[in-house]
This record gives sequence, C-alpha cells and structure tokens, in this order.
Amino acid sequence: MRPDNLTRSFDCVIVGGGHGGSQTAAALRQSGFSGSIALIGAEPDLPYDRPSLSKDYLAGTKTFERMHLRPQDFWGTREVELLLGRHVSAVDPTARIVVTDGGEYFSYGQMVWAAGGDPRKLSCSGSDLAGIFYIRSKADCDALIDVLPNARRIVIIGGGYVGLEAAAVFRKIGKEVTLVEALDRVLARVAGEPISRFYENEHRARGVDLRLNSNVASLEGVNGRVSRVVLEAGEAIAADIVVVGIGIIPSVGPLIAAGAKGANGVDVDEFCRTSVPDIYCIGDCARLENGPGIRIESVQNATDQATTAAKAICGEFKAYDATPWFWSNQYDLKMQTVGLNYGFDSVVTRGDPASRRFSVIYLKNGAVLALDCINSPRDYVQGRKLVDSAARIDPAALADTSRQLNEIDFVTS
Amino acid sequence: MATISVRTRDGGLHSFDGRIGASLMENIRNAGFDELLAMCGGCLSCATCHVYVEQLPTSASLPVPSIDETELLEGSDYRQERSRLSCQIPFDETLSGIVIGIAPED
Repeated sequence: MRPDNLTRSFDCVIVGGGHGGSQTAAALRQSGFSGSIALIGAEPDLPYDRPSLSKDYLAGTKTFERMHLRPQDFWGTREVELLLGRHVSAVDPTARIVVTDGGEYFSYGQMVWAAGGDPRKLSCSGSDLAGIFYIRSKADCDALIDVLPNARRIVIIGGGYVGLEAAAVFRKIGKEVTLVEALDRVLARVAGEPISRFYENEHRARGVDLRLNSNVASLEGVNGRVSRVVLEAGEAIAADIVVVGIGIIPSVGPLIAAGAKGANGVDVDEFCRTSVPDIYCIGDCARLENGPGIRIESVQNATDQATTAAKAICGEFKAYDATPWFWSNQYDLKMQTVGLNYGFDSVVTRGDPASRRFSVIYLKNGAVLALDCINSPRDYVQGRKLVDSAARIDPAALADTSRQLNEIDFVTS
Repeated sequence: MATISVRTRDGGLHSFDGRIGASLMENIRNAGFDELLAMCGGCLSCATCHVYVEQLPTSASLPVPSIDETELLEGSDYRQERSRLSCQIPFDETLSGIVIGIAPED
C-alpha cells in the first residue's frame, strides 16, 4: 500500500450498494453515527430493489425509478457519500485501506462488507457464446430485455427461484420456454417435495417444457450466438437465448485474502463481526457461525443484519436473532416462507395443493422449523409464532384447515 | 399540490408534496422516512410498510383492503382499526391532506 495514494478517508466504509449496504448506511444514521460514511457500489445505479428484477422489472410492469430503495437526495441529506461504479479489489486490514480496481485508496475506521454475490456462471463448452444471460443486476436484466422481442424460444438453465420466476414472466409474454434442472425436482435446495411438485405442475400447466434430471453437456452456436442446448442424455434443444439461474458465488475474495475466516462466505459472529478487527460482513455473503451453518440469500437477512452491524458499530451490541422470511411471485401465485427448513425431518401439508391455496410446514424432532405458504398469508402470519416458539404440535392438528394455526395448542421447545 | 403528512415514531409531524400515482409507501419512502422499511418493495409480501391512517380528507375514501392485506396486518402486534399497508394505497388528489402515522416495528 502506498499511503501517498490515499484518495479519501472515511469513518465507515460500506462495500456493496444492495439492500444490505444501503440499509447499513441508513441504520448507522438512525443509530446516531455522526462520522463520515462512504457507500461503495459496484453498479452505477442508485441502490435498488433487486428481487423485482426477475419479476416486475423483467415483465416491464415496474419502472426502475420505482425500484430505488431511497431517492437520490436521501443520501445527500444523510451525508452518505455514494461511490458508485467501483469494484473493491483488495483490503489491507493493517493499513485499514480498501483499494478499488480503478486504483483508488479509501481508508476506513470501520468497514461493513455487503458485497453480495455474482451469478454462478456456466462452465460447459459454449458458455462463452453470445445470447446467454444472467439475472442478477439491472445491467444483466436490461441486456436480456433488449433481446426479448427477437427471441421466441428460451431455454432456462436452473430450477431455482430466479429461473422459475423468469419462466413465469416469459410464458406471460408468450415465449416458448424450456426449463432444464439437473436435480430430480425444482427448488430442491430450498423447499420440500410438495412445494416442488406443486410448482412443477403449475409451470407445466402453463406450457413450460420442464426437464428434470437433465444436465447440460454443452451449448452450441451459429456465428458465435447460442442456438442449441445439448443435454448429457444427447438431446439438443433449440434456443434463441439461454437464461441461467444456478445460484451465486459470494463476493468475498478480497476479504478472505485479507485474512477473514470463511470459505463459501465470510464467517461472522452474532453481531456480524468477521475475524478481522473492525470489519463486519452482512447479507448474502455472510455466514453466521452460530446459525445453521449456511448463508441466507434474502432481502430480510441483508436488511436485518445491516441493522445489527450498524448498531454494533454505534456501541449497541444486540445479537442477530431475526426470524428469516422470504417470498416468491410466479404467475398469480404468492409464496411466503417463514423460518428456515434446514435439517427438517418431516413435513405436513396443510390444505389441498389442487386448490392453489395451501401451506407446507417443516418439522424437526416434532418442532416447527418453517412454513412455505402458497396464497395463504394467514398461515404465514400465524406460522411465524410457531416458528419463533419452535412449537411442538400435533401434525394432524396442523393439517386440519378447519382450525386456524393460532387456535392450536402447542408446547414450546 | 397534494400534501401528505407523516407522523414519525417520535411523534413529530412532517408534511410534504406527494406524487400522484405513486403509492403512499413510495411517497413516504421517497420523502426520506427511513423508519418505513418496506422490505418487499411493495408487492404485498411483508408488512413492513404498516401505517395508521390518522386523518382522511372529507369525501375521500381508501380502497378496501384485500384479503391478503388484512391477513398480513393480522400478524402485527400493533394492528389498529386504522391500520393499512401503505403499499396498497395509491396516492391521488382526493387524498391531499391525509395524515399517516408510521406504526411501530414488529
């Protein structure tokens, strides 16, 4: 590091301009932090609502301006310096400096790393062809929207939330959609089988050609543009464009290189502190050491961890204990999740999936871990209390839709 | 001019010109009130834009809450008769002078 190159000094540098980073800045001011704050964002845009990208924004039903998390003047009045369009490439925890790939050096008193993740890229042969899209940033989405009018056949690779939400949008605007999933069901990593089967049926009923147990062998192209997706089983599917949603790689390289403990995400304690002094890590790229041992990729997690870190920086140490929640919108289906189903050993289906209004309740050793609620906000709301109490409850009573979830007796674990 | 008045959790009342066509949630957020988290961005998936309609201009009326909105509000410990999710209320001229209180955080 060459201190003579020091560009600016800030009392708190926040790396990442998503939900986590912007909420950190707002929460610092709400908590009375009076020092200087810089928010370094890789994208050129004001912080925006990312989940809308694969839903309303892709569908063209929401303008970008309506997705801004805060208006432009908010940042000015809160005296938060927005340093946008900058990638942080290195961290020197001894000199307390972050370096951007544009060669700027910013010193920090405290740092909050909220850099999120980058989409995991295809690595098979042909993955460098033109016509392959990801949905993680506004730029990704804009590039996709630009080519949509000329694309009739779309192959989506990955049956997670992003892939399924995109499939719903594409069917709505009349595209031919084939969705390729490597595992034997969609949403296999996040939801129980009843939820997977329900969404598979819904997508198929709306014309999505869903291929489970299907691995992509290669992509083939004509004149440098993708034209076919070849499966390992040998079949080739014609594609004008390919949309890939196979997860994210947490953006933690510079922090790990600086000595922070972690691997697939940076390990943090209950106050979102990393193993490096005065560096916090939050959101998609943070892994709570005393949690379930996974990173949680959600707006709720990013926002609530931001508040935890901001308060700790202001001297108010309040352990992170927010109940996770999540949502997904596909077609006219609203799914709301409360709790984490990690490690569940049984599930109860409450209501009939054929009615398109039901919930799946996840239990471990008889205690409620989580619920996935389809078009059932009441179950979602009432289920939260069961999750918070780790309620031990009769499965037959849980399945009985003639009773509301808040009318059932339970024992607290 | 169509004005919105917002009572923050410290009791202070703040008035500003609202933007017609945007939701009350978007108006409150865009006016810089950071107490209103509005985490789901206005798609009726959470209840973090919960407000109380303290005063409604005479002759103005609000859209009837949907079943989903009502059920989400049921989950709040701070639900009152005048509770609404501000993302579900489009702001128009007839609502000029509306007074909104930001509900406590659940």
